[in-house]
Amino acid sequence: MSTDTPTLTRKDFQSDQEVRWCPGCGDYAILASVQNIFPTLGIPREKFAVISGIGCSSRFPYYVDTFGFHSIHGRAPGIATGLKTTRPDLEVWVATGDGDAMSIGGNHLIHALRRNVGIKILMFNNRIYGLTKGQYSPTSEIGKRTKSSPVGSVDPPFNPLALALGAGAGFVARSVDIFQPHMKETLTLAAQHRGAAFIEAYQNCNIFNDKAFEFMTAKDARADEIVYLQHGEPLVFGKEKNRGIRLSGTQLEVIELGGGLTEDDCLVWDETLDNPAIAFLAAQMGPPDFPTPIGVFRSVKRPTYEDLVTGQIRDETDRQGEGTLEDLVYGGETWKVTESGEIEISH
Amino acid sequence: MSAPAAEESKNHSERLVEAVVRFAGDSGDGMQLTGGQFTSTSALVGNDLATLPDFPAEIRAPAGTLPGVSAYQVRIANYDIHTPGDAPDVLVAMNPAALKKSIGDLKPNGIVIANTDEFHKGNLKKAGYEVSPLEDDSLAGFRVVQAELGKMTREVLKDSGLDSKAQSRCKNFLALGMVYWLFSRPLEPTIQWLEEKFAKKPELAAANVAVLRAGFNYCDTIEVFQTRYEVEPAKLPAGTYRNVMGNVALGLGLVAASRRSGLPLFLGSYPITPASDILHQLSGYKNYGVVTVQAEDEIAAVSAAIGASFGGALGVTTTSGPGLALKSEAIGLAVMTELPLVVVNIQRGGPSTGLPTKTEQADLLQAMFGRNGESPVPIVSCSSPADAFDAAMEACRIAIRYMTPVILLSDGYIANGSEPWRLPDLASLPDLRVEFRTDPEGFQPYMRDPETLARPWAIPGTAGLEHRIGGLEKEDVTGNVSYDPVNHEKMIHLRAEKVERIARTIPDVVIDGDQEGQILLIGWGSTQGAITGAVRLAREEGHKVGYIHLRHLNPFPPNLADVLSRFEKVLIPEINMGQLALILRAKFVRDLVSLPKVQGKPFYRREILAKMHELLEA
Repeated sequence: MSTDTPTLTRKDFQSDQEVRWCPGCGDYAILASVQNIFPTLGIPREKFAVISGIGCSSRFPYYVDTFGFHSIHGRAPGIATGLKTTRPDLEVWVATGDGDAMSIGGNHLIHALRRNVGIKILMFNNRIYGLTKGQYSPTSEIGKRTKSSPVGSVDPPFNPLALALGAGAGFVARSVDIFQPHMKETLTLAAQHRGAAFIEAYQNCNIFNDKAFEFMTAKDARADEIVYLQHGEPLVFGKEKNRGIRLSGTQLEVIELGGGLTEDDCLVWDETLDNPAIAFLAAQMGPPDFPTPIGVFRSVKRPTYEDLVTGQIRDETDRQGEGTLEDLVYGGETWKVTESGEIEISH
Repeated sequence: MSAPAAEESKNHSERLVEAVVRFAGDSGDGMQLTGGQFTSTSALVGNDLATLPDFPAEIRAPAGTLPGVSAYQVRIANYDIHTPGDAPDVLVAMNPAALKKSIGDLKPNGIVIANTDEFHKGNLKKAGYEVSPLEDDSLAGFRVVQAELGKMTREVLKDSGLDSKAQSRCKNFLALGMVYWLFSRPLEPTIQWLEEKFAKKPELAAANVAVLRAGFNYCDTIEVFQTRYEVEPAKLPAGTYRNVMGNVALGLGLVAASRRSGLPLFLGSYPITPASDILHQLSGYKNYGVVTVQAEDEIAAVSAAIGASFGGALGVTTTSGPGLALKSEAIGLAVMTELPLVVVNIQRGGPSTGLPTKTEQADLLQAMFGRNGESPVPIVSCSSPADAFDAAMEACRIAIRYMTPVILLSDGYIANGSEPWRLPDLASLPDLRVEFRTDPEGFQPYMRDPETLARPWAIPGTAGLEHRIGGLEKEDVTGNVSYDPVNHEKMIHLRAEKVERIARTIPDVVIDGDQEGQILLIGWGSTQGAITGAVRLAREEGHKVGYIHLRHLNPFPPNLADVLSRFEKVLIPEINMGQLALILRAKFVRDLVSLPKVQGKPFYRREILAKMHELLEA
């Protein structure tokens, strides 16, 4: 941490713009979490750039008092890639939604992740199109009845975490809008990760898809419906810590603890595994047979895109010397025409 | 050869003012390389020249077929020329398909060097010949030289240790050696080039050199040709020259703009013919600090360039027509956010995938209007391979000075064509230095420079200037999101006015030829050479003809209306259906004659001259 950075507070990251999300929207909580953790990262405010696409969540940059860019639908990872590659000194965040990132911008998302551009992609997943007023999204459950699917959608949904893992993301995590301490912790870990980070934030759209996550966020459901992924800890859940997740062959299974089975039989979570297979299995967990995991699925270090790009520039400059315009334009085979019209070949 | 130019000299050699040579063969015959070597050598002996590569879209179309023919035409001259010539004087035909495709273009009494090895039944059939053209009288109007290029090559290399396939691959150098003899060219530049290229495989260098010499000596020993030609050096203005292809010059112009502005160059690009070479070139300039990202698609490529510009780099994206279509929305974003961006479109035949390897100028209207909403974008065009350097710098100047996306139009003909480039005095290149906004005092993201109407460039990392931009309509001055109807109209006018004001820094267009008179020709882009040639011919006939060639297509140079008023008729040749004509008619409300040609090929001078005759007679 830089010692000459003035102490920043949440207030420093609140812009003067009136927040225009619907009252009760889960976005407010996520915004608050971000505004809470940004001042704790030891990064000067002017070094932050928040880039977004289109959708409710993409209004995000207007409300954070940093440099911000509200771009076009799905393209934020592309813009962020250009920015971070040329300005590795910046802390670049992407705010996006399930439509923006999984549908129109799916291609950019997976490529930003595979390249490992050092950007933090925070995807608000409300499993619905909000800004266009209520069509099913690429994360909506099959059979979803919406304005554009009156008798139920027939599109199987994307699993965003599985997609991110498949794209080779080095940091993959999930949190929930209203779980503020967990959200802040997850965002902080993402910020501290060098390289691309993908965070899925379950977010309630109380207008078009209310209670989409109530199966796990309801107070009395949490203990049985959520399993926390904590590095080095066994996967145990339930009100009485009486249930666990075990690796059985190539599958995960829920086991009841007691009666011969103990925590020692449960899978001990390791987010640093180079092979993403276990993380991929965990990403498949959810109702009706499994609790929903939240926390960090994967956190592995890989060389970042911007480091590799700037490294090549540095190495080639060391090897060849800094190029001059003279070398470039006058290099190669040239010849001179003198005032008297004579030709002189120069090499 | 060019009849008016020929002049017998004692040693059976003719001095020519100019000549056109076309090398044609199978895609795998190395015709582009052979033509390139003839070009380089001719440049080094001081000829002015212009080249036209013509290759198939397929990487390797079936051997011996018409679609598989790859050709390279070069025109050399002892005066300044602007086109690769209408019709070849010499045709090298490596197989029957190459002969069939080119023989219709050859000048009467032109020379054909036919590789008889390949004129066997199978190849004749593939080319659609029932009888070998070498055996009937269909080539009676030409001087045909039959040579067993493959067989002779293998004979030369029989002790080389190369296998027979590798031996055969050298046969293009036999043909090149023959053409070198015909045009009295030195072999040394090509020998030197071979030795450098095959430094790690000296046996290949030696084989190609041996074959090159054999071709030359074969002509020297046996009287293959009745005469020998000399094209003397052109009287080009004093200076240092190099031969340059359009895409290369364009890439150099971008680097020059980066150096002169002090901005790091960022290229976001997705491979597309015929623009990919710029990506290849710039990706090799790492020691110039150039950052290239080969993006996942065209949209990501332009988005990354916009992101880089937001961060204070010179953001560039390179593409061709289909890619420009994909980038439209993002270009609109750069219009709204008023960030510098240079979008290079190396046009090709369309619509859709169209003719990827053939040239066309049919994206002008796309560049002008191809976005949603009122979305003005300045347009700059390149008019020749060497000119692409200056055009690229100009596009960057406008983008930086006016905080706007700029579309730079080139085309396949310029991109792959080459010509001698008189190298600029680097110290006299435009000064493009940029000052980012750093002072928070009184800063507003959408305050404007009173002269240019450009908004300040305030890059992330600058304390006190934190602000948000985006694609939603901006409130004047503050840049806050605004849905206010009157503000929207005001901003539309401001963005349009900003682009119009660029005209204040564009020089008046200069009329070439007569300053007033019967016909004004207006051209843009790669038609410059053909129009220049046609105008020269018309004026030699005594007609009062003037010609302007537009670099700036939006906005136009300030004196355009005045120039238009000085001529009775206006003729606009374009490799499209009349797109510039459409814009000029709308803007200046006057009758204009469009001369469209959309065959994927450049204009011939005679086509333009014929249209002028028609107008003069009407």
